[in-house]
Amino acid sequence: MQKKDIGLATLVITVGAIVALVNPRFLSPINLANTANLIGLFGLFSIAEAFVIVTGGIELSIGSVIALVGVIFVDLVATFGVPWPIALAIVIVLSIFIGFLHGWLITRMKLQPFVVTLCGLLIYRGVARFYTQDGTAGFTFGSNFPMLEFLVSGRSAGVPHSVIAFAIVAVFAWFLLHRTVFGRHLFAVGKNAEAARYSGINTDRVVIQAYVLCIFLTGISAVFFAMYTRSVQPSSHGNFYELYGIAAAVLGGFSLRGGEGSIVGVVLGVILLQELQNLVNLLGIPSSLNFAVMGSVILAGVIADTQFARYREIRRQQIAKSALEESAKQ
Amino acid sequence: MNAQSGNPISLDLAGITKVYPGAIALNNVSLSIRGGEVVGLIGENGAGKSTLMKILSGAIAPDEGRMVIDGQEVEDVTPAQVNELGIALVHQELNPFSNRDVTANVLLGREIRRGRLGMLDHSAMEAKVEPILKLLGTRFGPRDAVSELSLADQQLLEIARALSINLRLLILDEPTSSLTMSETRRLLDVIRMLSAEGVAVLLITHRLGEIEEVASRVVVLRDGRNAGELEREAIEKDTMVRMMVGRDVGQFYRKTDHRPGEPVLEIKSLRTMAYPHQKVDLCVRSGEILCLAGLVGAGRSELARAIFGIDEVEGGSIFMEGAELSRHTVMDAVAAGICLIPEDRKAEGLFLDFSITENIAMPSHAALARKGFVDHEAETVLADKSREKLRIKAAHLDRAVAELSGGNQQKVVIAKWLAMNPRLIILDEPTRGIDVGAKAEVYHLMQELAAQGAAILVISSDMEEVIGVSDRVAVMCRGRISGILVRDALSEENILRLAVE
Repeated sequence: MQKKDIGLATLVITVGAIVALVNPRFLSPINLANTANLIGLFGLFSIAEAFVIVTGGIELSIGSVIALVGVIFVDLVATFGVPWPIALAIVIVLSIFIGFLHGWLITRMKLQPFVVTLCGLLIYRGVARFYTQDGTAGFTFGSNFPMLEFLVSGRSAGVPHSVIAFAIVAVFAWFLLHRTVFGRHLFAVGKNAEAARYSGINTDRVVIQAYVLCIFLTGISAVFFAMYTRSVQPSSHGNFYELYGIAAAVLGGFSLRGGEGSIVGVVLGVILLQELQNLVNLLGIPSSLNFAVMGSVILAGVIADTQFARYREIRRQQIAKSALEESAKQ
Repeated sequence: MNAQSGNPISLDLAGITKVYPGAIALNNVSLSIRGGEVVGLIGENGAGKSTLMKILSGAIAPDEGRMVIDGQEVEDVTPAQVNELGIALVHQELNPFSNRDVTANVLLGREIRRGRLGMLDHSAMEAKVEPILKLLGTRFGPRDAVSELSLADQQLLEIARALSINLRLLILDEPTSSLTMSETRRLLDVIRMLSAEGVAVLLITHRLGEIEEVASRVVVLRDGRNAGELEREAIEKDTMVRMMVGRDVGQFYRKTDHRPGEPVLEIKSLRTMAYPHQKVDLCVRSGEILCLAGLVGAGRSELARAIFGIDEVEGGSIFMEGAELSRHTVMDAVAAGICLIPEDRKAEGLFLDFSITENIAMPSHAALARKGFVDHEAETVLADKSREKLRIKAAHLDRAVAELSGGNQQKVVIAKWLAMNPRLIILDEPTRGIDVGAKAEVYHLMQELAAQGAAILVISSDMEEVIGVSDRVAVMCRGRISGILVRDALSEENILRLAVE
């Protein structure tokens, strides 16, 4: 764990303790399970976003992809009666294709990631709304898919399966980003793409893989969301979720310039964001202030981080200087 | 304008100390300079020259020490105040506003206005700039577009800018590192002219020949301390080198007789992006050092980049040990045993924030990994071996490469490729901006690699280096190879004749 992560973990625990003291309901099993479920759902695509941000890119279409994949999945299963494993396979292939398309446009057509994914945000939202003719895609009353529902929205020993999925993905992501050659290449491309190319790294392929991985994970999270809400309203489903993902990654120490960040950080970032949502609800703060609270905390966190970094720099300088004086005395 | 305008400057630095985390950049350093003097400031990389210069220009404040200008102690100066005192610094890297003309650049921030609306008075501005350009003897006029000026002319533009204020001390940081020989001549003339006018010039350079030529005094720094001074009569290359490194470097260029073996690299009718209509043929043999000489812009780096797969190839073919490269990408080039030590090591060679180990292991990650997982232990062993072999001066291998001096950074770039056991090593300006000691080590290493059977292709603009290290020299001129010179025919004149052909 890096220093940054420890600081963030402390913040998560402190905020949790304060909320628990003011309103003991925070620690009730129901509240904890609900919050955990949300952490799992939001965590999946936040990790996805982190993989793109570490390359110095950005993915703005996450919310729209969640809406598009959501309506298609629900429609396939509920309206066309496609067996859910096949429907799942279809939407995963679709997600991989979208990710590949983004990566291809960015590397081969030399477009900026912001522009490509902003267009994606607009296009997929529009397609989702057109597909359902702005109606809601949902399961008809009484229909049920026990296996699918158990897997995606069930619980084992009281733990929501979304949390288990999130934990598994986080562990895989940690190994992938921090322990594999692919992870090293992601950091290298984000830090200095030119030097990466001169080091014999296939930078285009690394960037494409990052976007494929990102939208693939987003597609999985879309299925979880669709089963969580049970119906998908394409004009509002998943709105702003890309911003949650970016916020969690930034809180977790990812630099938007690329080449920095850790999976532990983004996991803690997701937890903190959901904790704040919960805080707004439990402390009776008007829910209209929801975003304002989140924004303030992120801003405070980023300011504190840069100030600590400066302080550490000054400390190091002082230590070096006193060492010099010591040696001068002798 | 301030009161001392035009008076010759008198500047003294005493007991300057600056500490960075993990390193003492300057330790009790003194320096004085008076108007009309040309003082050469020399030292190995990491000796503290740039830090001292930053302190002089007000960019950073020293931890200890005094700075006295014209008899008055100054403290906590900002770059703007330093400018006000008539001190100007011309950086190694220039950033003119290339979308504006010469006049606008020279008078940037001090434009002359006219009328109530404050419109720019172009004719008055040009009238002010013109005599300055005349004084410097520039080939460009006040209305010329800056985007079309050569690097040398951009430097003169910076000096013109300094002159337009009230120049009393001009600090030049490695001004000639990317200039051609005639441009260097011209700059040295300008330095002489300025000092005759009473301006003090502080010249920071690795090119000791230039110091010999113009400096009236030379100040040597070593490991952040004063290592002595030489007066005009005593300025001599060998003495300076000895003072910089604190020991005898030994014979700088040590020629060993290489017996060139089989061809390693053969290029046939290769056409690069820079010169798509010129066909280049070249062969580099195992065990030889071939130097690509020529003027800046002759297409040497472009040729190297095409061979290494960075730039696209317009036509022709590349053979490595008899086998043609089917695709021209860096990955294929590396797989075929080619490596390139790039010209711009900070932008292209290194990840400055990453650790030394990680930088060295970057190309070999995949080879060292076990089933795609990074093998930390193997990487540390590799980095440790490289440190020993190349004598990289670094306390900890897990510290950022940015903390190393230029020479040691270059060694890291070389180390990362040696780990891949390349058959062809291309070095683009391998000793630019690195100190004498490190230079000698780089030359020695090149000889050693050639002796072990590698083929070495060096691009260099330093004539002494070209003649000193190479077995053969291929001279390039406007995209084509204008001639190949072998050992006995190697001379500065012969190379130049082919380069300007």
